[in-house]
Amino acid sequence: MGVLVVAAHDGKAVRANVANAVTAASQMDPDVTVLVAGSNCDDAAKSAASIAGVTKVLQADDAAYANWLAEDIAPLVVKLAPNYSHVVMAADSVGKNIAPRVAALLDVAQVSEAIQVVSPDTFVRPIYAGNAMATVQTADKIKIVTVRPTNFKAAAGGGSAAIEKIGGEGAKGLSSYVGAELSKSERPELTSAKIVVSGGRGLQSGENFKMLETLADKLGAGLGASRAAVDAGYVPNDYQVGQTGKVVAPDLYIAIGISGAIQHLAGMKDSKTIVAINKDEDAPIFQVADYGLVGDLFQLVPELTAAIEKK
Amino acid sequence: MKVLVAVKRVIDYNVKIRVKADNTGVETANVKMSMNPFDEIAVEEAIRMKEKGAATEVIAFSAGPAQCQETIRTALAMGADRGVLVQTDAELQPLAVAKLLKAVVDKEQPGLVIVGKQAIDDDSNQTGQMLAALLGWSQGTFANKLNVADGSVEVKREVDGGLENIKIKMPAVITTDLRLNEPRYASLPNIMKAKKKPIETLAPDALGVDVAPRLKTLKVEEPPKRKAGIKVKTVAELVDKLKNEAGVI
Repeated sequence: MGVLVVAAHDGKAVRANVANAVTAASQMDPDVTVLVAGSNCDDAAKSAASIAGVTKVLQADDAAYANWLAEDIAPLVVKLAPNYSHVVMAADSVGKNIAPRVAALLDVAQVSEAIQVVSPDTFVRPIYAGNAMATVQTADKIKIVTVRPTNFKAAAGGGSAAIEKIGGEGAKGLSSYVGAELSKSERPELTSAKIVVSGGRGLQSGENFKMLETLADKLGAGLGASRAAVDAGYVPNDYQVGQTGKVVAPDLYIAIGISGAIQHLAGMKDSKTIVAINKDEDAPIFQVADYGLVGDLFQLVPELTAAIEKK
Repeated sequence: MKVLVAVKRVIDYNVKIRVKADNTGVETANVKMSMNPFDEIAVEEAIRMKEKGAATEVIAFSAGPAQCQETIRTALAMGADRGVLVQTDAELQPLAVAKLLKAVVDKEQPGLVIVGKQAIDDDSNQTGQMLAALLGWSQGTFANKLNVADGSVEVKREVDGGLENIKIKMPAVITTDLRLNEPRYASLPNIMKAKKKPIETLAPDALGVDVAPRLKTLKVEEPPKRKAGIKVKTVAELVDKLKNEAGVI
């Protein structure tokens, strides 16, 4: 039957996490088809075809798919789904928006944010902000699964899957796209960065985040934040790492002025090496940190920035 | 316009949860329960709509055991007008809750349904989208800001790259993100008043909904524990460890 991976993209290329979703999908069934829906999405379809392990790419070009509105994309996926045993999406803001709509239209359950494929019908997923791991089994004929990209290796490039063009379903007229206010940054994307520098309430202001930007740029790192820092308006919402924000698992995570609430730990505790800089030596962040540095961040961060050779 | 909000009774977000020794789930006996924080934001948004004159009535819905009455009372104390409880001791999964909600929506005919984007217990992030699908309605998920005007809602959404603006036709389902508003605390007089507000109790059977779980939980385990590392004294020591021990810079 095979797996249908629904790929988000920016028109030019599929998102990096699609390669992770393909790896997860191939553990459910080696026959992996990727759906690229969009408007003039030839390049995105080609990028999907180049992911190793992809058997086939379905390209659905329709003006209605230009902005990935759930009301318009879901019917297309629902129409294709009966040809597959699984429909897989990365658990990002696109997958989380669309997959449950697809599942309900098919009258099947969804497995959210799987971190491990035990068998084609059994998955491990975190619950309670990752403080417990549930192994769940689905008996539904079509299995709808969102997967947490950081828990699956990205599939390599070099593939050359065939691209089949299929028609679109048009717009349902329920919703329309107005525009976006996207954070502009030259830094690596948070969820795929090798190093992440993250700041919390301890930074005390948005202005002080500049200090972390300097450090991040020297390390070639992505920049993140705790919920407290986002709520306080220091940085935009897309910086948030945690249970309800982004989940990251870089080689190095540097938590600065972050106390380490369980909701934050849920988003970063799979990082390979964790460094914490905090003035409170009892802060919970030190319980997960490999290297802790107790002291005033306003003194230590510039010192650290100076000590690191520019890459 | 009526606004329906859904509120879930969950383990309080401050509680450190414990996995049951027999690995069948998480210990809920003698644990503090509260309204799911994202649902508080949903209640607050609905009440503000009523205060601005955009909504005429706010109905608080919950599904689960009899104790969910308390969660509905909390919503009533915040300012909701009345409650609907679908009472059952059965395990409820998101698809089942969406079906129960749909049955109540069919009866009440609200112009908007506002729910939390996810519950902090199962972290599924499904119910709102599923409800929109079952109703054939539009969905405004992960809402950061709402503006209701002329039969549609402008929704500012929190997405991976920042914020996105969409316009959706009403009736619609909204799911709340953290920055939509800051929920109020119920005042003592309002808590007293809430005790007199009506709560209707229904059974899933009476609504014609099969709530049987679709996912079988085989086991629930503790996550692998991360060991606390060491404290370094200086920045120089930290840089040395990162270079020569961890090899990450």
